[in-house]
Amino acid sequence: MDMNLPPVQKQRLVMVGNGMAGVRTLEELLKIAPDLYEITVFGAEPHPNYNRILLSPVLAGEQTLDEIVLNPFSWYEENGITLHVGKTVTEVDRVKRIVRSKSSDGSIIEAAYDRLLLCTGSNPFILPVPGKDLEGVIAYRDIADTNAMIDAATRFKHAVVIGGGLLGLEAANGLMLRGMTVTVVHVQPTLMERQLDSVAGGMLQRSLEERGLKFLMGAQTQELVGSEDDGRSGRVKSIKFKDGSEVPADLVVMAVGIRPNTALASSMRLHVDKGIVVTDTMQTVTDARIYSVGECAAHRGIAYGLVAPLFEQGKVAANHLAMYGIGRYQGSLTSTKLKVTGIDLFSAGNFQGDENTEEIVMSDPFGGVYKKLVIQDDKLVGACMYGDTVDGSWYFKLLRDGRNIADIRDKLMFGESNIGDAGHEGHNKAASMPDDAEVCGCNGVKKGAICKAIKEKGLFTIEEVRKHTKASASCGSCTGLVEQILMFTAGGDYSATPKTKAMCGCTEHGHAAVRSAIRTPLPDGQKLLTIAGVFKHLDWKTPNGCASCRPAINYYLISTWPKEAVDDPQSRFINERSHANIQKDGTYSVIPRMWGGETTADELRRIANAVDKYNIPTVKVTGGQRIDLLGVKKEDLQAVWKDIGMPSGHAYAKALRTVKTCVGSEWCRMGTQDSTQMGKDLERAMWRMYAPHKVKFAVSGCPRNCAEAGIKDVGIIGVDSGWEMYVAGNGGIKTEVAHFFTKLKTVEEVLEYTGAFCELYRQEGWYLERTVHYVNRVGLDYVKKRILEDDAGRKALWEQLQFALDGEPDPWFDFKEAQVDTRQFDALTVKEGVAA
Amino acid sequence: MSTHNDWVLICKVTDIPVLGSRRVRRENGLDVAVFRNSQDEVFALLDRCPHKGGPLSQGIVFGTHVACPLHNWTIGLCDGQASAPDEGCTPKFSVRLEGGSVYLNTAELVGHATDFVRPVAGPAHRTSVV
Repeated sequence: MDMNLPPVQKQRLVMVGNGMAGVRTLEELLKIAPDLYEITVFGAEPHPNYNRILLSPVLAGEQTLDEIVLNPFSWYEENGITLHVGKTVTEVDRVKRIVRSKSSDGSIIEAAYDRLLLCTGSNPFILPVPGKDLEGVIAYRDIADTNAMIDAATRFKHAVVIGGGLLGLEAANGLMLRGMTVTVVHVQPTLMERQLDSVAGGMLQRSLEERGLKFLMGAQTQELVGSEDDGRSGRVKSIKFKDGSEVPADLVVMAVGIRPNTALASSMRLHVDKGIVVTDTMQTVTDARIYSVGECAAHRGIAYGLVAPLFEQGKVAANHLAMYGIGRYQGSLTSTKLKVTGIDLFSAGNFQGDENTEEIVMSDPFGGVYKKLVIQDDKLVGACMYGDTVDGSWYFKLLRDGRNIADIRDKLMFGESNIGDAGHEGHNKAASMPDDAEVCGCNGVKKGAICKAIKEKGLFTIEEVRKHTKASASCGSCTGLVEQILMFTAGGDYSATPKTKAMCGCTEHGHAAVRSAIRTPLPDGQKLLTIAGVFKHLDWKTPNGCASCRPAINYYLISTWPKEAVDDPQSRFINERSHANIQKDGTYSVIPRMWGGETTADELRRIANAVDKYNIPTVKVTGGQRIDLLGVKKEDLQAVWKDIGMPSGHAYAKALRTVKTCVGSEWCRMGTQDSTQMGKDLERAMWRMYAPHKVKFAVSGCPRNCAEAGIKDVGIIGVDSGWEMYVAGNGGIKTEVAHFFTKLKTVEEVLEYTGAFCELYRQEGWYLERTVHYVNRVGLDYVKKRILEDDAGRKALWEQLQFALDGEPDPWFDFKEAQVDTRQFDALTVKEGVAA
Repeated sequence: MSTHNDWVLICKVTDIPVLGSRRVRRENGLDVAVFRNSQDEVFALLDRCPHKGGPLSQGIVFGTHVACPLHNWTIGLCDGQASAPDEGCTPKFSVRLEGGSVYLNTAELVGHATDFVRPVAGPAHRTSVV
């Protein structure tokens, strides 16, 4: 008996196909369940997994084959994967669960499976014309095709590319760069008709003609003529068209499309329709033991050909193979970009438009710039751009998020940089930026570092770039720029996927789903009132969440069920747990509340005394008309609060912060309204209000607006006849001018409307979403409908806020009620003589 | 096998909040952070993130990890290792749990990882004084 046998037989996973989607699935699987399977991989090509997207740069001589290998042979070895390269799987016995590969020399390799993963990808479509099998007639799909083209370019002169789509043009460009005379034959009247409208297609054609490519549009191929046997054999020498014309050709590249490779699946009698039909879990509908991901899989009737959706599929398949069983793939939106250096084009969504859509078009044929935006119901549904594509990723994001664009419609065409952005020197052209230009101002990441990480680590998604480089990981204002760099570096098949973004790695659910689950009572009438309850109800993957979902859920609970849900301090960020703002050296800052920015000699004396008594190193006046004491030791916090004797300013919290005011009519000779008093009234009515993010108000006493009310979450401006109310302004990362909301007469009205707006945001905003982003997401019209047009609804919201705030404790004084764990302020010490 | 004299009583397990932590002051060197997870396991690390020196005792604890309060690096409580792709390690301390009490090793408290410092902030940090 062999004593070396492992006690338990591992399950066997066999993967057919060794391409990008399949290997990514294995990578995801090894990450979460490294020891679950004994893995065997069959690949028809003699190579390890390489980046197929980058074949065009290899053909164009911009990269080498070695550079595009994603997983070298050593990777398979290190992970204990048995790899059979150059072996095509010829049959699968689903009853005995055996995969068989018969080579032409008669040798047979067999592998038994418990789970089978079909990643057979796609095949190029070959036109069924006479001469298609001649020497020198190839497709453009793999390393062998690429090498054949590179070789032909050294020996022959005339190349014909059949197909004026993405792949065909990339092939034509590469062959031209390698010195061949290239003619592109396209059956349609314009190029890339599936990605571009006719105007952009025409511009593209002219630009490529200027570079030296020739085009035959609307040409129908009749036959390929060979060099021997009366044209029937030997090497191809020309191509004949239906109209009788003929063009010389020593190399013919067929790039007329791809077809999912389903031959093996059909022979296994799996259901095939536009691809191997799979469910949301990437299992085949016919046999649950068999999974399929990649270009061969048809999900809800679509076989995707872009990388990001396929990787998303891989992640879901891996999750199920690992027996977690919670991932769902729900389809993807895609965008296109051509990888021909120097030519910028981009399209996404419904770029053609139809009778239900509106179009905004900018066309400058001489300058070589064309942009078309397709809009339906105040939402961007498609974009097609040529020449100037810097905003492609931004448009794609708007499209994907379904963001209401009514408020930015007039500026939409001019791009994101026109909406106002800070922190990266106004750079918005990723391609033209030098490598040492800073992309992410928060984390000091330069363009070169991002490109390097994308190339060396094989990154494909914005999340991966974020993790590895920290670019766009903090404030996120450079996300569009990083996405562009990703597009340029990783290649055009990059596309951002998920329609609903998961809250964090602990769940598949997005913020909207979590909020609605908390709001909706359970079938037995019970409410979800604890974080643990939410985790259980929504099948959280982690036992107690993480630093990003716990604070969000804690906020959702206390804002949805005030007085019922119990606040959990351990699920709050340190600032809201210690009620002070942590600084880089681990000390804290203290900002007491000064109602409406007014203070007294008495308060100032107490502050001054505390500064002396506790050796507070820095005293600074804040932008919100308050005083900041910086460098307070944690053990001194309670004493400082007590000595100062002023309420918490909540300057550390996602809550109402300051209410900035100008002097107003009490003193100012220009003042028309008593803005200071209005500010105090607002602040007293709404302080202690927690929100998805920080909230700032300002009140100005006249339209000169000295309190800068135009960049606050709620800004109130006094005019002769009353008060104007502005909402959703922001002075932060993105400077956004607040929208005029309504005009009001009395103080009571200002309180009611402001409170109702805040409560709506509290109930519907996603955690860490500022009012500007919330209003952008739902649309200003919606907010107006809820607050201005619905009197009863507005009053109800205002009452709900008052109910939530009634009796709320001041965390600087009411420790017990505010759940402040005062143990945190004291360090433990080692007492002598108590050694056990 | 360590004798009882090698270990010093720090606190009861219940003195540390669930999914929270406390700081242990010592004569020399930065504080030691003691963490308690939801399974009532206790871990001890130097109270200093390997990234920019943030006090880990102030972070959010989840599973067997803590998120640094300064820049959200995730540090493993068992080994002090930063989660990939971040790279770095915080010195860890031995912990003994006995009868609901938490003990740290005397020798480690005196001599382990004593040469780390906190980043400097405030006016002392300024280079030019006018």
